[in-house]
Amino acid sequence: MGKTILEVKDLTTKYITRFHEDVYAVDHVSLKIEEGKSLGIAGESGCGKSTLALSLMGYYFPPLYYTSGEIILGGRNISGMDPDDVRKNVLGTEIAYIPQAAMNALNPTRRIIRFIEDVIRAHDPKMGRKEIFEMARDRFHELGLPPEVLDRHPVELSGGMKQRTVIAISTILKPKVLIADEPSSALDVTSQKMVIKMLKNLMEKEYIKGMIFITHELPLLYNVTDDIMVMYAGQIVENGTAKQMVFDPLHPYSKGLMGSIIVPEEGVRGHELTAIPGTPPNLKNPPAGCRFADRCKYVVPACRVHEIPMLCLGGDRCCRCGHSESTLREAYAHERK
Amino acid sequence: MSESKGPLCLSGKGVTKTFGVGLKAVTAVDGVDFEFRRGELVSIVGESGSGKTTLAKMLLGLISVSKGEIFFQGQPRDISTARKKREYWKGIQAIFQDPFSSFNVFNKIDTVLLDCINMRGGRRLPRQKKYQMMEEACSFVNLKFAELTNKYPFELSGGQMQRLMIARIFLLKPKILLADEPTSMIDACSRATILDMLLNLRNETGMTIIFITHDIGLAYYISDSVYIMEHGKFVESGTADQVILHPKAEYTRRLISDVPKIFEPWDLTTV
Repeated sequence: MGKTILEVKDLTTKYITRFHEDVYAVDHVSLKIEEGKSLGIAGESGCGKSTLALSLMGYYFPPLYYTSGEIILGGRNISGMDPDDVRKNVLGTEIAYIPQAAMNALNPTRRIIRFIEDVIRAHDPKMGRKEIFEMARDRFHELGLPPEVLDRHPVELSGGMKQRTVIAISTILKPKVLIADEPSSALDVTSQKMVIKMLKNLMEKEYIKGMIFITHELPLLYNVTDDIMVMYAGQIVENGTAKQMVFDPLHPYSKGLMGSIIVPEEGVRGHELTAIPGTPPNLKNPPAGCRFADRCKYVVPACRVHEIPMLCLGGDRCCRCGHSESTLREAYAHERK
Repeated sequence: MSESKGPLCLSGKGVTKTFGVGLKAVTAVDGVDFEFRRGELVSIVGESGSGKTTLAKMLLGLISVSKGEIFFQGQPRDISTARKKREYWKGIQAIFQDPFSSFNVFNKIDTVLLDCINMRGGRRLPRQKKYQMMEEACSFVNLKFAELTNKYPFELSGGQMQRLMIARIFLLKPKILLADEPTSMIDACSRATILDMLLNLRNETGMTIIFITHDIGLAYYISDSVYIMEHGKFVESGTADQVILHPKAEYTRRLISDVPKIFEPWDLTTV
């Protein structure tokens, strides 16, 4: 059992809309990352994955507001901290974030080395230019990026290269946790592989101690992360190890997600894809009881009555479903026939 | 679909596209030959920059062909005038990558669908009949027409927009549908829906679907035959089983190894 580097307890954050309605996009989420481990977060679009990523940084700006819960990072609680304090002392050094369109994050008029200088100087204004250049060059070399990139403008780089450059820039100060929010979904499969290789490289060389990887591509999550958490309508519905989640999902929603996996392997062709009908509920007024009830095949009237608690099934496996484990397994076995 | 050698729908001989002139000339598509038959679901797979989209644009007649010829239903294709081009587009339609920019933002969804009916010669049909057709098209793609009326396309989600695009195709009933990475901007769950809808569309109307993608997994799931494209050339072609389970070209093997798998370990060393 490794040291816990990030622990989140009952984190709730909300958006306040133009009409002063509260939308709880992250609703009582708890998670834990141990040193050297990576956690994957899966879910459809619109179920709160990216909001969770933003909330985890402890850096809130309207329309996103912090409501309750704790984020314990390296022994201190960063959830209620002053935004300025978070920016100076947490972002970059403790926690780093790669947005989905990271390649658009680079100002086209500046060379790559300038971005690195910005990041380093924000935390250590005394460092010299030459020192920074040498440090950046070594780091780029170790991560398999050609050092010439440092002297280029962003427009001279390809999409995959830009994405890898952004990852290198954001991890230059060796943050403890890296949050990668769909870092590869805008890339083609070959560049995606390079990005993944680089992230694994960062973990191996211990430039980052833990990683949260957000994506909707399940085969990718299975290959990248140790544990997978499935999110639906702002709540965690199931978590477990990658292997358990892909081959033996319990929650009907996870089951549906895993049914949409497409891989170029024998036996995939011809088996019907099971897409989940419908769309996630509007979180302005979430349905009472199970939030997945409207789209669930195994729904019973009891599902809609009261909030379903997270049920632990031994180990790190948890599931938020009104049915018991044996009932669900029976239903799936029956369906397979 | 090797068993049904249907009549030729779209074919090309030595199709080439060169951008620029002289020393700076870039050949994006380099003398490709292809034969797409009626009712076939063909995939064209390649990395970004391999010329897939350029080929698609040439097939659609959006850009000119530098060299070679494209045959539509066995006849050399003639799109020299606007009128002939319009006539050609009745036979071939497309779904693009970005659903958010494929609709006219000023038109309501009713108008979008109504235009399709009018284009197919349904201008004089009674109003009720038109609405019935629109409802039918929407239910084909699992959308509720009653919820869509009086809405603008931007009020829908990406997956819904892409489905609406398929509803348009369902009304237009072209001979060929060209789908240029229709699923790359939507999430994995709606992707399954879209793929199943394309398969349904093919089975129901018997149209030829040309599916362009960089993900060989999708190509394997959906298509009858697969063309692998590298640097503007087809390096391998054949039925899906043939190409993906027993790849011959080195490039195909690399593409397959790039896709994350779940039953075998994913080799990250070969990049």
